Amino acid sequence: MTTARRDRWTGYAFVGPFLLVYAAILIVPLLMGIVISFNNADLFGRREWIGLANYSQALGDPVLHQAFFNTLTLTLLIVPPLTAIALMLALALNRSTRLAAILRGVFFSSLVLSVTIVTLIWRFILTPDAGLIAEGLQAAGRAPIPFLSDPDLVIPAIAAATLWWSLGFPIMLFLAGLQQVPGDIYEAAALDGASRWTVFRRITLPSIRRTLLLVVMLQTAAQLQIFGQAQLLTGGGPGGASRTIVLYIFEVSFGRWELGYATAIAELLFGMILALTLLQYWLVTRHEGTRA
Amino acid sequence: MSQNRLSPLVTVLLLIGAAVMLMPMLWTLLLSFKSNAALMADSGSAFAPPWTLENYRAIFAGSLTTRWLVNSLIVSAGATIGVLVLSSLAGYGFARLEFPFRRTLFVIVLLGLAVPEQAVILPRHQLFAMLGLHNSYPGLILPSLTGSFGVFFMTQYFRAIPPELDEAALLDGASRFTLFWKVLLPLTLPAQATLGVFTFLASWNDYWWPLISATTSDYFTLTVGLASAQMNYAQTSGLGFLMAQAVFASVPILVVYIAFQKQIVSAMAGTAVR
Repeated sequence: MTTARRDRWTGYAFVGPFLLVYAAILIVPLLMGIVISFNNADLFGRREWIGLANYSQALGDPVLHQAFFNTLTLTLLIVPPLTAIALMLALALNRSTRLAAILRGVFFSSLVLSVTIVTLIWRFILTPDAGLIAEGLQAAGRAPIPFLSDPDLVIPAIAAATLWWSLGFPIMLFLAGLQQVPGDIYEAAALDGASRWTVFRRITLPSIRRTLLLVVMLQTAAQLQIFGQAQLLTGGGPGGASRTIVLYIFEVSFGRWELGYATAIAELLFGMILALTLLQYWLVTRHEGTRA
Repeated sequence: MSQNRLSPLVTVLLLIGAAVMLMPMLWTLLLSFKSNAALMADSGSAFAPPWTLENYRAIFAGSLTTRWLVNSLIVSAGATIGVLVLSSLAGYGFARLEFPFRRTLFVIVLLGLAVPEQAVILPRHQLFAMLGLHNSYPGLILPSLTGSFGVFFMTQYFRAIPPELDEAALLDGASRFTLFWKVLLPLTLPAQATLGVFTFLASWNDYWWPLISATTSDYFTLTVGLASAQMNYAQTSGLGFLMAQAVFASVPILVVYIAFQKQIVSAMAGTAVR
């Protein structure tokens, strides 16, 4: 059975190259990170085992607490409205008219921009010094609003820019989900004289349950890692009012060179994202076993 | 898709929404055609002539922007080709071949979907420093190749192809590799297009990794280069020039996106929601 034996290992010729890269550049750093987080480490190779000291430092660090709170606020200000708006737009644009096709293109368009360009544009929309909004307010005879230097407004301002930037992908996912719903269910409901709201609640929503879960999970994981918008728009200011967890990781590692501490914060964030993802998955799928 | 027309109220709301989406981009476009001096005096002047091409001329005349564009093209193309090759090979292997530990390895690859960038980026930076990979194209490309999504996506796609095709080709005496290359790979072209566009887009717009890996301006990608220009905005370039850079940096990706829009949407409908 020489051919069978040879065949037994042929698979590795195909999966081997990816697995090699995956092991070297994902699994190795993942494990290195866990080790580094138990060390007093700097960027230049210094290592000293200190056990859980980095983690206990994180628990008592007021700057991290504030960054954690800011990140959570941003996530809550972004994910629910983003999901709702994207779903409404997908419902409205899920039709074969020409106008719908053009509008789909418009609402997808911002997703191709990089964070650098999004912040560049939004900086000059939000700035009170001759920004787009300020020009509008001035025309209406009102004083400009300093969105990015007011500690109470900076988080909503970053959330607005992020909403504008992130709409396209969830709409795409919802449109894809809606197209999987068989049309004859809707026809049957129409014959029964069901109202639009009933159709949405009883047919559409249950049918796109998995897409909804996917969108919320992806967006939550993405927004908990929000970084570029805060770094580029405000640098975390004013006074740390818009510092996010990942921005703090960046400052601690590349500003203060405290690699061990930064890695410990990153591991905590990893744990948090993993736990939330599992929780959302469980919440949405726990009834599915009984649902036939 | 529904054949029904939109109600007038919904249409009006949608048009307002579309205006909100487009306004910032149109404004950027207008600003990019204004001279820096005119904008310095009054940024409201963007809405009226005279417009000029001087900012675009400045980009081509010796600024680093064109170099960053080339870097972005090399890095994104490298990442795209790498992901397509590795994911197609692995996807075929996992979908079609029996080998020891196949299931275990596939699960390990899938677990990668749950690993956020933050969990690996700092130690990876250390690893690449040890290997001398910072400020190089391989250093910028390699992290993109670890994505589990491509392998998962291609595995699903290969599984959907009827296995009778393989058996027929193998009976004709084709080798496993010929079968993969000549028979099956051409059938996966729509999936290649989708995965390719998303990889290109993600790599083109990546910020965190190139920010810490490329520290000399010669190896900046457009994203990082524009960020540095933006940070130094007050001292150096004018508003019009910055906006021209933004437009310039977005054009290649817009072209890619528009060229592949059909494939993206149709392939998403078929695969992403399973």
